[in-house]
Amino acid sequence: MSNGRHIGDVILDLQNISLRFGGVKALTDISFNVREHEIRAIIGPNGAGKSSMLNVINGVYHPQEGTIVFHGRKRHDMNTHEAALQGIGRTFQNIALFKGMSVLDNLMTGRNLKIKSNFLQQAFYWGPTRREELEQRSKVEGIIDFLEIEHIRKTPVGRLPYGLQKRVELGRALAMEPTLLLLDEPMAGMNVEEKQDMCRFILDVNDQFGTTIVLIEHDMGVVMDISDRVVVLDYGKKIADGTPDEVRGNQEVIDAYLGVAH
Amino acid sequence: MLYREAGQFKASYREDQQIFPIRQDKIAIALILAFFYLVVPVIGDQYWLKAILVPVLIFSLAALGLNILTGYAGQLSLGTAAFMAAGAFGAFNFMLRMPDFPVFSEVKILFAFIFGGLMAALVGIVFGLPSLRIKGFYLAVATLAAQFFVVWALTKFSWFSNYSSSGVISAQDVVLFGVPIDTPESRYLFVLVIVTVLALLAKNMVRSATGRAWMAVRDMDVAAEVIGIRLLHTKLLAFAVSSFYCGVAGALYAFCYLGTVEPEGFNLDMSFRILFMIIIGGVGSVLGSFLGAAFIVLLPIFLNVFFHAVFAGAVPAGLGSNLELMIFGGLIIFFLIVEPHGLARLWQIGKEKLRLWPFPH
Ligand SMILES: Nc1ncnc2c1ncn2[C@@H]1O[C@H](COP(=O)(O)OP(=O)(O)OP(=O)(O)O)[C@@H](O)[C@H]1O
Ligand SMILES: [Mg+2]
Repeated sequence: MSNGRHIGDVILDLQNISLRFGGVKALTDISFNVREHEIRAIIGPNGAGKSSMLNVINGVYHPQEGTIVFHGRKRHDMNTHEAALQGIGRTFQNIALFKGMSVLDNLMTGRNLKIKSNFLQQAFYWGPTRREELEQRSKVEGIIDFLEIEHIRKTPVGRLPYGLQKRVELGRALAMEPTLLLLDEPMAGMNVEEKQDMCRFILDVNDQFGTTIVLIEHDMGVVMDISDRVVVLDYGKKIADGTPDEVRGNQEVIDAYLGVAH
Repeated sequence: MLYREAGQFKASYREDQQIFPIRQDKIAIALILAFFYLVVPVIGDQYWLKAILVPVLIFSLAALGLNILTGYAGQLSLGTAAFMAAGAFGAFNFMLRMPDFPVFSEVKILFAFIFGGLMAALVGIVFGLPSLRIKGFYLAVATLAAQFFVVWALTKFSWFSNYSSSGVISAQDVVLFGVPIDTPESRYLFVLVIVTVLALLAKNMVRSATGRAWMAVRDMDVAAEVIGIRLLHTKLLAFAVSSFYCGVAGALYAFCYLGTVEPEGFNLDMSFRILFMIIIGGVGSVLGSFLGAAFIVLLPIFLNVFFHAVFAGAVPAGLGSNLELMIFGGLIIFFLIVEPHGLARLWQIGKEKLRLWPFPH
């Protein structure tokens, strides 16, 4: 479903990625690519290696084999700092917010990389610090408006209900102004209404900011609805890759899902 | 409805980003500062200034240092007293070995304190290096190594104490712009100015990007990394800044409080005392550092007075100090279990109640 968006060239190309934890093969020889502005879904049964794949893309895990080409640069693996600098944002399957901080501070932290002043300038609140903080604040307020969370701005995130925490985590990733956004089950554990909201936000991000999105999701309805292309993993191997319609009709995919008791 | 922010509409983010955005807080801070700067030096008697207020301020600074590391950056440390020792001996050696020359010698003492702080920061960075690999309890053990190593080194290598026996040093006279700071009043004010300035700088750090990075690492290090925060850099900065604060506190402890100190004076006992200050005062709170230090310095004094007043000598000598320890232990357990954010949090709750008062909801 590409609503008039222009899907561009390949910006991320994963080639023959293999990742092991001791004897456990989390990913085996996986290749796929992601095009600019598209919504790319990764699906598969539990333990298929979906989260591991995202962790490889932004450098939390380092694959034993394979090549990652991001924006034309070839490397064996990524590191988290570089991934962040290159504009890769991320949310986690298990909410990973900064529990002791307010919503506002969580989002502000998402913009830490944009801050150029050093800790001494900050200690004196001198020179660029005040200006920078205000700049970041107004950017963050834009995201707060976008996600409709004005009312909880100053609330410590630990006190928020689950659905809102997921939304704040999306906000923190958006605060980085990512060009590539990795979302690990953004709608898990949500009720229908919350899911609809989250879907709308994801589509809006993709549409308004042109952000490329790689999304893991278990809800097939959602996946088929919003993604441009889908890659299917099972036991760490890629079993299908294509448009939602192509994947839906694939016999191996049907078997993988039927073969796993949920 | 004395304490309310309703009706104080922030017209801009600039107003909301101020250090104390709520008007009543601004007034309260101004009143507290006025009290300690203008009223206390006039009404405080010599004993109070010298034996109570100066140590409270110095321990507040050390607790603030520990709070930066443990409360904000989430790195538990048992080496606070060692960092203070590094500061005290650093400042002593700076005064001793740095040649005097015009203009500089007017403010030499300030440079000595800064130098002491920097030496402590260096020690902090070295012993903070393991923090990249280890966390929590194990890191605490690594900082314990700092505690024993620093005290051992200062005793063992007598160069540090200018070859005095068992490492005892007598701090040089404190002279600023040719004026000796030797009366209880002037010492109190001198310490007060330094502590206020450093507390202000700390408050600014924790409310800007540096502080957010510290708290992010404390709350969820993987997420912090993914945002682009470099863990080692952030943790080491916390160790450095924290130890700097402890180092300056140590220098003040030697130069403005005791006058004569030995390495053994900065023992594990002291590190624990400062840890208890932040537990009782409030972990992750600048204000809490002050409340905790005041509480722990004042508690034995109040208990002493209390026992004398109530039992008037009927209590055997040893019992008083044992009771003191028991009350102390009980309080620490209370705060750990019931209110981990300490007195500062109780104060916060009080304010929230006040905000609604006189209406219950
Ligand atoms: N840090 C790790 N250490 C050891 N094994 C790991 C680690 N991370 C993942 N694994 C293993 O790799 C495999 C793939 O896990 P992964 O979390 O990527 O699956 P997933 O597709 O995201 O599953 P789910 O749908 O349950 O989230 C699993 O067998 C898991 O146990
Ligand atoms: Mg997963």
